[in-house]
Amino acid sequence: MTEPVLSVRNLKVEFASRRGTLRAIDGVSFDIAKGEVLGVVGESGAGKSVTGLSVIGLIDPPGRIAGGEIRLAGLRIDDLPPEEMRRIRGKRIGMIFQDPLTSLNPLYRVGDQIVETIRTHLNLSEQAARRRAIDLLAEVGIPAPDKRIDGYPHEFSGGMRQRVVIALAICAEPELIIADEPTTALDVSVQAQIISLIKRLGRDHGTAVMLVTHDMGVIAETSDRVAVMYAGRVAEIGPVQDVVRNPLHPYAKGLMGAIPTLAGDDKRLVQIPGSMPRLSNIPRGCSFNPRCASVFDRCRVDRPEPLSRGAQSVACHLYDPASAETAA
Amino acid sequence: MLAFTLRRAIQAIGVMIAVGIISFSMFRFAGDPVNQMVGMDTSGAERAAIRKSLGLDDPFIVQFGRYVGNAAQFKFGVSYQFRLPVSDLLMERMPATLELAICATIFAMISGILMGVYSALRRDSWLAHIFQAVSLIGISLPTFLIGILMIYLFSVTLGWLPSFGRGDVVHIGWWTTGLLTLSGLKALIMPSITLGLFQMTLIMRLVRAEMLEVLRTDYIRFARARGLTTRAIHFGHALRNTLVPVITVAGLQFGSVIAFAIITETVFQWPGMGLLFVQAVQNVDIPIMAAYLMMVSLIFVTINLVVDILYTIVDPRLRSTVSRAH
Repeated sequence: MTEPVLSVRNLKVEFASRRGTLRAIDGVSFDIAKGEVLGVVGESGAGKSVTGLSVIGLIDPPGRIAGGEIRLAGLRIDDLPPEEMRRIRGKRIGMIFQDPLTSLNPLYRVGDQIVETIRTHLNLSEQAARRRAIDLLAEVGIPAPDKRIDGYPHEFSGGMRQRVVIALAICAEPELIIADEPTTALDVSVQAQIISLIKRLGRDHGTAVMLVTHDMGVIAETSDRVAVMYAGRVAEIGPVQDVVRNPLHPYAKGLMGAIPTLAGDDKRLVQIPGSMPRLSNIPRGCSFNPRCASVFDRCRVDRPEPLSRGAQSVACHLYDPASAETAA
Repeated sequence: MLAFTLRRAIQAIGVMIAVGIISFSMFRFAGDPVNQMVGMDTSGAERAAIRKSLGLDDPFIVQFGRYVGNAAQFKFGVSYQFRLPVSDLLMERMPATLELAICATIFAMISGILMGVYSALRRDSWLAHIFQAVSLIGISLPTFLIGILMIYLFSVTLGWLPSFGRGDVVHIGWWTTGLLTLSGLKALIMPSITLGLFQMTLIMRLVRAEMLEVLRTDYIRFARARGLTTRAIHFGHALRNTLVPVITVAGLQFGSVIAFAIITETVFQWPGMGLLFVQAVQNVDIPIMAAYLMMVSLIFVTINLVVDILYTIVDPRLRSTVSRAH
């Protein structure tokens, strides 16, 4: 088996706060293969964005990676010196943020920002970098790129700015793109275009994509595999068809039940009662136990470890043969 | 862009006319200037003759019209105490004040920006804390006290720098400069620091606050995610965004620097417009006071205009709103 582009093992991220240390990510593991799109879903605060930021090494203090390891094509990157990590950012890992309106520096022409990034990572002349920037803008679907390259960010619409941001993220041909809610701030019609653009780029260049979102529709359409996160842990991970059609974890079942369909049935959407626990107040055992419909005694004591069920992996005691008797 | 500049220029003229009314009204309400000019034993007829020769008997509107007309040609009448044209007196003093104000502003800008950037980037270092403390002193201590303390330390105790005056000056046309002689430069050091200290602390605090603000923005985070060097992020992206408000404040402060030069010039006996003004106040020399008021307002208004235009050069977003709005 070939080595995955990104391999995260047992990642822990902590934030030091006045009232003790908060663990935002608690033992997250996943792989992304070359050309694969991994969707990461979950409610706000589940740790999706923090996971993305820790991969690219941009967790700001007081946050820090407290344990586990992150490997990029076999190279361990979570403990690299800042300068070496800087060289990887933008060159081997590209990042796309949520809000294209604020991601670009308003005082610089978009072309200058692209050329600056290209020349930081690749040994190209000003002219060559500019030609490459025009090609990139054309590739992400900006009309008349040779003219638009000299425009300022405020002269672009939201969707066009996100295309520029994507061009910036891919300008050094990274092996991995982390897209942190890339469509949340956009119109629905533009969302579809951006999603298909990211998908196409991933396919054309064989780039691995980590797509962080809370939109299940986006995941179903784009991802090859999906990881469902809850309170800093991966509740379930598996091929997107399996997880969407046949979710195993009670939380994943709840999430899938909350997707409206156009099938015409007028069933009420399923709602998961309660809300996600605060980081300072994560319950013992399974962190989902207070909201879970299938909860039993063991859930309140033991923390569930990931269990393989076919292609899926689920962290739930319901699927552990050892707890079958107690559950019954 | 042209329409924008023109509109601002017209507003500026409006402001200048308003200032003209105020400065003119000083003549009417600040006592009878004739009493100041003549001795106790001057007869009523002689006083009336002087009044008539100065045009003080004409109706208000005529006097005002004449005043504005003359002011527009930089004719501000004759000083009561020196018996010389006020414009000549001001022109003679202006180089001293402008050199002082420019040196003070350059000092304030350079050290203010450097200290501000440093204390934003190394927020928890001991040097940043010292800068913060110094800036507190700079803001709260009155200018004249700092000037006097510096004179005591560097002139009286150490004897390094002259305690008053401009030193040797060189004449270039009508302009006199102290920048070309050693004694002139030495004489410039303490007054410039005294005058610029307040602006420096202001700029430093502004730069620090703006820089911290900018460093938190998404585009800086994205710049880091793009793997740009720390140097490029701090000095290319963050500093340029920080400078937009700094230009406004520093520009507008230049007017205050000239106005506040009164105090510094008095402390250091600097032969500039401010010292002339203080002497004029003591002698109720209203033509000089009025002319000084007009000059300072003109400088303020001009700077305002220049800052507005500079703004649009630095920030491309304003450029397009400006051209769209007109």
